[in-house]
Amino acid sequence: MTDTQAAPAPSPPEERPAPRKAPAASGRRRARGENLAGYLFMSPWIVGFLLLTAGPMLASLYLAFTDYNLFDSPRFVGFENFTEMFSDPRWRKSVQVTTSYVLVGTPLKLAAALGVALLLNKPRRGQGFYRAAFYAPSLVGASVSIAIVWRALFSDDAVVDRSLQVFGVHVGGWIGDPDMVIYALVALTVWQFGAPMVIFLAGLQQVPRELYEAAQVDGASAWRRFRSITLPMISPVLFFNLLLETIHSFQIFASAYVVTNSKCGPADAGLVYTCYLYEQGWTNLRMGYASAMAWMLLVSVGLVTAVLFWSQRRWVHYEEDVR
Amino acid sequence: MSALTHPARRRASRSVLWHVGALLVLALVLYPLFWVIGSSLKPSEDIVGGLELFPTQPVFEHYRKLYDGIADIPVSTFFVNSLVLAFGSVAGVLFSCSLAAYAFARIDFRGRNLLFSLMIGTLLLPYHVLIIPQYVLFQKMELINTYVPLLLGKYLATDAFFVFLMMQFMRNLPRELDEAARLDGCGHPRIYWHIMLPLSRPALITSSIFTFIWSWNDFLGPLLYLNEPDKYPVSMGLKMFIDQDSAADYGGMVAMSVLALLPVLAFFLAFQRYLVEGAATSGLKG
Repeated sequence: MTDTQAAPAPSPPEERPAPRKAPAASGRRRARGENLAGYLFMSPWIVGFLLLTAGPMLASLYLAFTDYNLFDSPRFVGFENFTEMFSDPRWRKSVQVTTSYVLVGTPLKLAAALGVALLLNKPRRGQGFYRAAFYAPSLVGASVSIAIVWRALFSDDAVVDRSLQVFGVHVGGWIGDPDMVIYALVALTVWQFGAPMVIFLAGLQQVPRELYEAAQVDGASAWRRFRSITLPMISPVLFFNLLLETIHSFQIFASAYVVTNSKCGPADAGLVYTCYLYEQGWTNLRMGYASAMAWMLLVSVGLVTAVLFWSQRRWVHYEEDVR
Repeated sequence: MSALTHPARRRASRSVLWHVGALLVLALVLYPLFWVIGSSLKPSEDIVGGLELFPTQPVFEHYRKLYDGIADIPVSTFFVNSLVLAFGSVAGVLFSCSLAAYAFARIDFRGRNLLFSLMIGTLLLPYHVLIIPQYVLFQKMELINTYVPLLLGKYLATDAFFVFLMMQFMRNLPRELDEAARLDGCGHPRIYWHIMLPLSRPALITSSIFTFIWSWNDFLGPLLYLNEPDKYPVSMGLKMFIDQDSAADYGGMVAMSVLALLPVLAFFLAFQRYLVEGAATSGLKG
């Protein structure tokens, strides 16, 4: 890629005035031709959107209010699924597990990403090598292979356990321990800090050098320079990373499912939301209940997104003139 | 003279310090990857407890045992299935996403901004809202246990991320090229095919590699839609190992994990610049 925009704020394609060379009649024909070509080119996307996104969204909204086992026709039950959900202890547990995973994992991951990005920001020999090497885990982290590795590393008397014993910490394996299993999952997401790190690096490259030089002349300390220049200048990138990482964290499935040996245990300690959704939908064939759960997830993620967007007025600093 | 060497020496020592720090972090980060490769060459009983990274006496028995397959299915079957799915996905993304990207970048059609907003909206949509009705849809069409549910979306540009990535790239190509072609009487199809696609090669390569890797790693899709082991991709083959639940036999699992990671790591080594730049441009998922 030739351009590395720091935070690609999705701007709509710029409108450009139609070239006014031809007289009006052929201009209209031209516009009609443009529309036809546009819809022709967009047709796969439009079909996909209607068939696989918009249609299913409406369908699951309907299913959320039904009792449906995939074979008999759906039976309308009103708000029953939702009332059951709020009194379902396992549903509450899955919300709690997912929330703590998001609240602990996302800040740690972003902190690691920003820390290493700051370390790599100065142009030095081997910079490209380091950047690529740190990015590698992001490519494989979601795979079943790595989940298996995690299970092995965090089991009783394995590498992590023994390494901690060297420091006098005796917690045993994390995978079989209801109090610790969530931290094994957090460690797995933090391990994949490379993706946000790469975006932070692109953002750091955009900070004008003369700001630092001026601050240096004024005798600002390194911490002060970070607080007053770096952080505000990269806050849009930080916001972008925070938004995406949060949305993705809510949707953790494969790693939790495999690390906990397809049971999301022990004792539901690893029961992330999607794991419970899968169990209700495909193990118990309660598609209506699972749809209601999915919509609760959508509403929650929507709320979190809205709160983040609302908060950005307070801490995200957008340059008036983008260089 | 001495006034010059002093800061230079301090710079050199700081640079050494920096490299030491970076290498320490790197060792920690890459440890799991080295661990899995080393462990696949250890005897089973040393895998979980052993702290040394690589065995002094490498054994290849785990790989040899994979020859017998998993639950009577040759390991090559899983790899062929994964490759079919991955290449099928790449072809779909290249076809459908580049068409949509071209329309967003270069065609002035009515409702473009609305469709663009909808597309960005799908980026933020949790996928799990869709899986149940999609599953019901494919079940009604009797397509469970085929690859259609896993591939159809790729041919219908549901991967908004790649549409966005290609569109960004196309918008930065000089307009003079297609203006000139239009004056010569080329329509959109020819401009797309003869001018924009060849010039967008970096974006197409980046999208292809990401698609390949994500398809290769995909677990939820095959878990939902496939129920015959001889149709399983590698990710599900690995899961069969876990289901056998012989917690002691990490050997075969670890060896299979290495084999499953190899194509991804090979791609990474060959195309790391594209991947890192692509992730920096739009940074979704990584």
